[in-house]
Amino acid sequence: MIEMKNLTKRYKKIVAVDNISLDIKEGEIFGLLGPNGAGKTTTLLMLTTLVKPTSGQATVCGISVTKKPDAVRRCIGIVFQDPSSDDILTGYENLKLHGLLYGMPAKLREERIKDVLALVEMTKRKDDLVKKYSGGMRRRLELARGLMHHPKVLFLDEPTLGLDPQSREHTWKYIGKLAREKNITVIITTHYMEEADKLCDRVAIIDAGKIVALGTPAELKKIIGGDVVTLKVKNPNLSRVRKLKYVKKVVRKGDVLSLTVADASGSLPSILKAVGKVEYVEVHSPTLEDVFIHYTGKGIREDSPEGGFFERMIHQRAKR
Amino acid sequence: MSELMGIYAIWYREFKVFLRERSRVIGSIVTPIMWLVVFGGGLGSSVSISGVGYQTFIFPGILIMSVIFSSIFFGVYIVWDRKIDFLKEVLVAPITRTSMFIGKVLGGATDSLIQSVLLLGVGVLLIGTGTIAGVTLNAFTVLATLGILFIATVGAVSIGLIIGSVMESPQGFQLVGSFLIFPLFFLSGALFPIDNLPAWLAPLNAMDPFTYSVDAVRGVLIGANHFSLFLDLTISSVFSIAMIFIGSYAFKKMKI
Repeated sequence: MIEMKNLTKRYKKIVAVDNISLDIKEGEIFGLLGPNGAGKTTTLLMLTTLVKPTSGQATVCGISVTKKPDAVRRCIGIVFQDPSSDDILTGYENLKLHGLLYGMPAKLREERIKDVLALVEMTKRKDDLVKKYSGGMRRRLELARGLMHHPKVLFLDEPTLGLDPQSREHTWKYIGKLAREKNITVIITTHYMEEADKLCDRVAIIDAGKIVALGTPAELKKIIGGDVVTLKVKNPNLSRVRKLKYVKKVVRKGDVLSLTVADASGSLPSILKAVGKVEYVEVHSPTLEDVFIHYTGKGIREDSPEGGFFERMIHQRAKR
Repeated sequence: MSELMGIYAIWYREFKVFLRERSRVIGSIVTPIMWLVVFGGGLGSSVSISGVGYQTFIFPGILIMSVIFSSIFFGVYIVWDRKIDFLKEVLVAPITRTSMFIGKVLGGATDSLIQSVLLLGVGVLLIGTGTIAGVTLNAFTVLATLGILFIATVGAVSIGLIIGSVMESPQGFQLVGSFLIFPLFFLSGALFPIDNLPAWLAPLNAMDPFTYSVDAVRGVLIGANHFSLFLDLTISSVFSIAMIFIGSYAFKKMKI
């Protein structure tokens, strides 16, 4: 459904997207994960024809994004990271506007508006101005709008950013339901790892514009090859810990050690003995967050929130 | 067909926003009324031109003034659209940039013509109170005036949108907009007769496209035109059409 071949975007000195090649299948829910400025949003902007690639090609719905951007736009739906509905219009008016922009005749338009409003449970609030909506409602409206013209591919850029846990769960539920029921291919960027894990069929981890890992969440977690033991220790005895045969990998950040351990329940006593005076210890089975740290050497939420300074700077440049 | 619907979509949105922001309308007709009543009244107490009172003489010019100001400043909304990210929603829709531009122009022209109708209403009031005499307002002259104003506003909205398409901040727009608006207004002869201009001013006046709109409206409303109506309409139309082409091109180059 989507093919990228050596896709690259360069902004003066910054290479935002570096030679990405990727195939996404029809009906797949695909997650793009990565730290800030990794190039997720830029990739999305290129696939949605809003930014021209510096080199390389991409096709969406089998259509080239550079040669026939208008045709690509007809087959995709997008929910942007920042809300892009007009807040001086009502929810209904935003949807009507969308229907007109996509050339829907009146009868079809009204039908679809009714459908999508029901789908995101916004029928009651349709005649209120968008500026009176909560963040969650606004997201749902945008989701409804992105789906209204029955796109074959739906792009979601951080669709749950800044939502409270409850609306976040709602949103993910809708996305899952929709993708399965209507066989829509969904491409998501997010940095909520547990959600990506639950929802995505496959994920790609992007760092510094390159894909560093690709697979199903289960496959990626397997790569870790054991459980993750986190310890807080003052002056840990690293050399002794490294000698233990169970311990596969050691990452140290100040007082906090993160170990990948083959058989955590059996090996924990010997680790505790070897490492020194332990302040706390925690054991969990690997998560995508661990996979992320494994490949990028940093946690996904370490820096400023997504769309932080760096990503903004890149887009600022894109505007010129 | 779907392009026409796209144009209608853009216009629909601009019109809805216009209806909700009534302060925009009130704000934009207050300034022209001040010029007409206070400036015109003050100067008019001792000046009359072309055999009519000064207020009567500048009434057509004030109509064009309102068109120039509100139309060019309409371009600032594209800067806002970009700021609130609404622009992205339009840019990813499957309509061409030309349709988007034409929709915006029609939206701005509608705003501007509604204000012109209100000002013509003020004109009727002023005629009723005897403040301005010699302005012929009937169905024909009103329609002809609105036609001329429409041509002028298309050009002026295009100028505003072209500036807006390259500006990143409303403040920047304000600055550049004002730089253009005042010369265009003052040089157009909206406030003075252009029959005996000094040698340095005459060519500047002749280069201002709105000179011909002012002249045309003056011809229709008070029968005091300097050029022929045909010349006025030709030049204004050519200017506005050229602006549409340049504007469509500017929109094609516009980045998110």
